[in-house]
Amino acid sequence: MIERTPVLDFITHALLIGSLVALLIPFWIIFVAASHDFHTVNQVPMPLMPGSHFLENMATAWERGNFGRVMLNSIVVAGGVTIGKIVIAALSAFSIVYFRYKLRMVMFWLIFITLMLPLEVRIVPTYAVAADALRPFKAIFELFGISVGLPEWNLLNSYSGLILPLIATATGTFLYRQFFLTVPDELTEAAKMDGSGPVRFFLEVLMPLSKTNMAALATIMFVWSWNQYLWPLLVVTDQQNFATATMQLQKIVPGPVFGEPPIWNVAMAANLIVLTPPVLVTIFLQRWFVRGLISTEK
Amino acid sequence: MEKRATFSNLWLAAAFIAPQMLLIFVFFYWPSGEALYWAVTLEPPFGGSNQWVGLQNFMTVFEDPKYWNSVRVSLTFAFSATVLSLAIAALLALFVDRRLPGHQVYKFTFFLPYALAAPAVGLAFRFIFSPDAGFVSAINHAFPGLWNPALNGYDAFILIVLAQSWKMVGYNFIFFLAALQSIPRTISEAGAMDGASVLQRMRDIQLPLITPTLFFLIVINITDSFVDSFGIVDITTSGGPARATELMVYKIYTDGFQGKDYSLAAAQSIVLMVLVIALTFIQFRFVERRVHYR
Repeated sequence: MIERTPVLDFITHALLIGSLVALLIPFWIIFVAASHDFHTVNQVPMPLMPGSHFLENMATAWERGNFGRVMLNSIVVAGGVTIGKIVIAALSAFSIVYFRYKLRMVMFWLIFITLMLPLEVRIVPTYAVAADALRPFKAIFELFGISVGLPEWNLLNSYSGLILPLIATATGTFLYRQFFLTVPDELTEAAKMDGSGPVRFFLEVLMPLSKTNMAALATIMFVWSWNQYLWPLLVVTDQQNFATATMQLQKIVPGPVFGEPPIWNVAMAANLIVLTPPVLVTIFLQRWFVRGLISTEK
Repeated sequence: MEKRATFSNLWLAAAFIAPQMLLIFVFFYWPSGEALYWAVTLEPPFGGSNQWVGLQNFMTVFEDPKYWNSVRVSLTFAFSATVLSLAIAALLALFVDRRLPGHQVYKFTFFLPYALAAPAVGLAFRFIFSPDAGFVSAINHAFPGLWNPALNGYDAFILIVLAQSWKMVGYNFIFFLAALQSIPRTISEAGAMDGASVLQRMRDIQLPLITPTLFFLIVINITDSFVDSFGIVDITTSGGPARATELMVYKIYTDGFQGKDYSLAAAQSIVLMVLVIALTFIQFRFVERRVHYR
């Protein structure tokens, strides 16, 4: 700042560079391990320079993990969650902020409470609902003695089963709500004066203004849903058709076959395939990512 | 905060909020309620409707030493990983905030690990810390049998703590740095004029001013270590060796989905829910302070 502190400056640089190396070295090791053949990767100590089998290992991993299909599934799920969240959260935040009705605060708190319990904490009951998503309604009808023949809607092994429970949280709603509260009232008044109804105001004034918030929410939701692991593991039993990318990591863990050294090179290549999309998103959209992180957690 | 200009079409208001409410009803409130119901009932082995058993499921859970083991492991894990990653992140943020030449580079790189899925982190760390291949195995070359997370519970525990901390450091760093950068520069400058050295300013000015962020991060980190650590444990240790890394979420998963004992799993879920809700309440108390501070 103002003083000269050569020693401390040196220590600062040393500490930061050292930490950078320490934090990034796992990435390097994954890459190096993915580029050697089966024999070299199991050497002790392991080589620290990349070998020449990178493409070969990637091809093996791609095939063994069925990644052609699986990556597509992950993209569908992550895309579905992202779009669903952006749309549904915007709608509900609009309703809470721009309308005045008695149940408004009740709704607000009902949504707010969902922030408290992440999906992982309530997997057992959520799984039961996923087996038949219409069951809650059936139970309610039964309670009132109404007999309505509702069909069974099984969400296991389906994209909706992977996507819908992940959308059912409030993160996005609060991001929008906070933003909507900062939009000046004059804008609404002007729009009303010009004869715009709520739908038009929402679509033509509010949504264009929310673009940056949407971008932030989108990056964060994409990374978050791509990285989901426990929920896909439960919902998907049809591994062939509905497995997601992260799930494949469990299958590709080098097996504990006795007396046989694990196939680390292929495992690390698979890991590289799975971790690349979210890492790319955070690198290229990092302005939005950081912004989204800091504002969704408020 | 209230809007002065609002709309009055209530049907529209209801239509706008309906999708969200439907989703959280079906996938949040109903399941949570059902977990409560399961926790106090028992499914008869030969079918039929559930029998009311009161708190018996909870008693069974609480009498099980394996359950207390998972609680102990979870709490130790949460504490160790949180302290480790917060300490490193705070240190890094303080030094990056000195804004020496090149500090921009760190802003862009430190949080990269956070982009990884928990199982991806787990798989990487399993290889790096594997006893007979990988990066750390060289230790065993020099001192045979010193490190083996597959057999030694402590080693396995250290492994998952390191993996979790590595993942969270970048996240915590971003928040600390944002907090540090929102401290007015003039305060630090005034301190410097009064003769406080760089380290003194860190300790007496910057650290106290970022405590609201610190409290907030403590809660987030503990919650995350309860929740997201599943992927790490599942890939690296599967709760072993000898349940040394069996976290609460992992035990719920094995009891409920491999043991098919929904009542016990539901009772455990309820306990975990109460724990996480308590943590969140603490967090919201501090959110208020964060806003004032800004």
